[in-house]
Amino acid sequence: MSPVDGNGAGGGEDLVIRVQGLRTQFGRHVVHDNLDFSVRRGEVMGLVGGSGTGKSVLLRNIVGLMRPAAGTIDILGERIAAPGGGTADMALLRKRWGMLFQDGALFSSLTVAQNIEVPLAEHTDLPPALRREICELKVALVGLPPEAAHKVPSELSGGMRKRAGLARALALDPEILFLDEPTAGLDPIGAHQFDALLRDLQSALLLTVVMVTHDLDSLYAVCDRVSVLVDKRVKVGTIAELEREPDPWIQDYFLGPRGRAAASAKDALRGGTSGAHSGTGDAPQDTMQG
Amino acid sequence: MSSTATETVRPAAPSAARLEVGREGELLRLRLSGAWVTRTVGAQDAALHALEAGGATRVELDLSAVEALDTAGAWLVDRTLGELRRRGLQVEVTGAAPERQALLDKVERRRAAPPPPKRASSLLGLLEELGRGAADVGATAKELTAFLGQTVLALARTAVRPARLRGISLVYHLEKVGLDALPIVGLLAFLIGVVLAYQGSDQLARFGAEIFTVNLVGVAVLREMGVLITAIIVAGRSGSAFTAQIGTMKVNQEVDAMYTIGLDPVDVLVLPRLLALLIALPLLTFYANVMGLLGGAVMATVVLDIDLLSFVRQLRDAVELMTFWVGMIKAPVFAFVIALIGCYEGLKVSSNAESVGLRTTRAVVEAIFLVIVLDALFSIFYSVIGV
Ligand SMILES: Nc1ncnc2c1ncn2[C@@H]1O[C@H](COP(=O)(O)OP(=O)(O)O)[C@@H](O)[C@H]1O
Ligand SMILES: [Mg+2]
Repeated sequence: MSPVDGNGAGGGEDLVIRVQGLRTQFGRHVVHDNLDFSVRRGEVMGLVGGSGTGKSVLLRNIVGLMRPAAGTIDILGERIAAPGGGTADMALLRKRWGMLFQDGALFSSLTVAQNIEVPLAEHTDLPPALRREICELKVALVGLPPEAAHKVPSELSGGMRKRAGLARALALDPEILFLDEPTAGLDPIGAHQFDALLRDLQSALLLTVVMVTHDLDSLYAVCDRVSVLVDKRVKVGTIAELEREPDPWIQDYFLGPRGRAAASAKDALRGGTSGAHSGTGDAPQDTMQG
Repeated sequence: MSSTATETVRPAAPSAARLEVGREGELLRLRLSGAWVTRTVGAQDAALHALEAGGATRVELDLSAVEALDTAGAWLVDRTLGELRRRGLQVEVTGAAPERQALLDKVERRRAAPPPPKRASSLLGLLEELGRGAADVGATAKELTAFLGQTVLALARTAVRPARLRGISLVYHLEKVGLDALPIVGLLAFLIGVVLAYQGSDQLARFGAEIFTVNLVGVAVLREMGVLITAIIVAGRSGSAFTAQIGTMKVNQEVDAMYTIGLDPVDVLVLPRLLALLIALPLLTFYANVMGLLGGAVMATVVLDIDLLSFVRQLRDAVELMTFWVGMIKAPVFAFVIALIGCYEGLKVSSNAESVGLRTTRAVVEAIFLVIVLDALFSIFYSVIGV
């Protein structure tokens, strides 16, 4: 853990996101109640939970697309939501994170290249030629073929749209990346490539990633810690720690047949290519082998 | 993965990207410092492009003083390396920590995109567009006719088995296109009546025939203005709404979903809207007629000193029941055209948001155009049969 300034309170932890006492409600329907959630710098945090438990809504709260009914949200050391309103300059902050929406949310009338250029053109003063080169670079980084750059979203498959969305989220080389079900709807091989890609990018760019996913393979492959949304609150830990949680949903999720299969697949993978992903620090997965 | 090194934490406001070029005989020494990130590298782009080897054969690129490097910075480094190598120089990178080396390896994957599809030169493009537009008109007319057939078939099916009709949807649309249009239709028809009466009396007064203003208002409103104004307002507010609603459903693949469930979009989406308009437009026209005559009557009382009683008496002499029907008979025809075009354009929406807007505009323009053309045809028809 780097002993950098941060927002101290976490006992020397460098927290890039800290949500405290969050309450979200739509009318009388309470989605989150007194929820605490935090993410350390440089980690990949998985976010799971049944459908409709408020995973997307939590992300929307954190990136400032929604105002919570109560609670505080600090992100990158700035307070964006508090009872009296946040104090952060959202315009400045927004450049420092990227978000991949659940269904891509690409601008439908722009080509992929133009979609990626939007944040670059808006927030930087790069010369146009360099901007195009960077667009092409992002297209390649997320594993899209070069021809895809000039296609509009409706001409792409679901998986390609996801990748294009990721490229746009990465356009400004953000510090934090929010992903809402990035591998949902991808074929297993595509999903696996996406995981590998994410791991690569995360270690190369030192990203902090918050990823909503239902994909157990993704959880085992890329997440350092996992937060589970149950009963309007978050339970957090490494997968090994969560397996010891008594909550029935969590038990079912990690120790059910699918969880077991994913875990053994992961073990097999780790046996072959140990330390494939840059083994910086306290790789928490080690504990689960024991 | 918690970062181990403090230096990897990027500051909120990065320092500028700096480049020092030094020469030692055969050796060209490039020393990068500061933050080489998306926000800062723009300034060094030109300098790196213009780099002169100047007789050097070896290049040493020193990254040890770089505070932060992201993909944009890495790309500039990689591009410069590539350019220098292509000129036959020997290049060596020093001071790259493993993560940075990994990033540099990653950006090598970039492939130049093929040039964007060419667009024809402006004049040629204009011509091409013109031709395409002309061909489109023909195609649209053909498709619209086919759609008309489909709709009539669905109507016939529903007439045989009325239970197929979606009652709730019909009532909902009746409220939207009929009830909700009352204020605007009433106001505009009233104003048209006022204007007709005022302009008419102004001209007719020269012949001392002010009383015939009543004839003018009566005939004009009942035969033409009432139904035309109503149809144009309805095309603008309901025809466009039909296109936008159906178009948005099209974008969300809801229409495709209907097909796969075995629902016919014509039954589910088109018929309720069409029937609602077929019922509402004649009623709205009747209402517009009343309001138009009322506007004329008010103007006549105020400006011409024709009291309400003599207005009504004169009106009864001037217009026959036939005059009223001549106007009213057009209403269902216009309703049919407006609903048909609104729904047709909605179903033609392709898969993006832009086309919803485009199609909505087209629906309104086409509907108003056809309404006026049909109105002219009606006039010709009436004059031929002598009504
Ligand atoms: N705009 C909204 N208006 C009302 N309710 C909403 C809205 N968005 C989400 N919800 C409700 O909030 C809950 C959480 O939604 P969401 O975060 O999208 O679920 P998920 O965890 O599957 O992503 C759901 O019960 C949903 O019905
Ligand atoms: Mg969701």
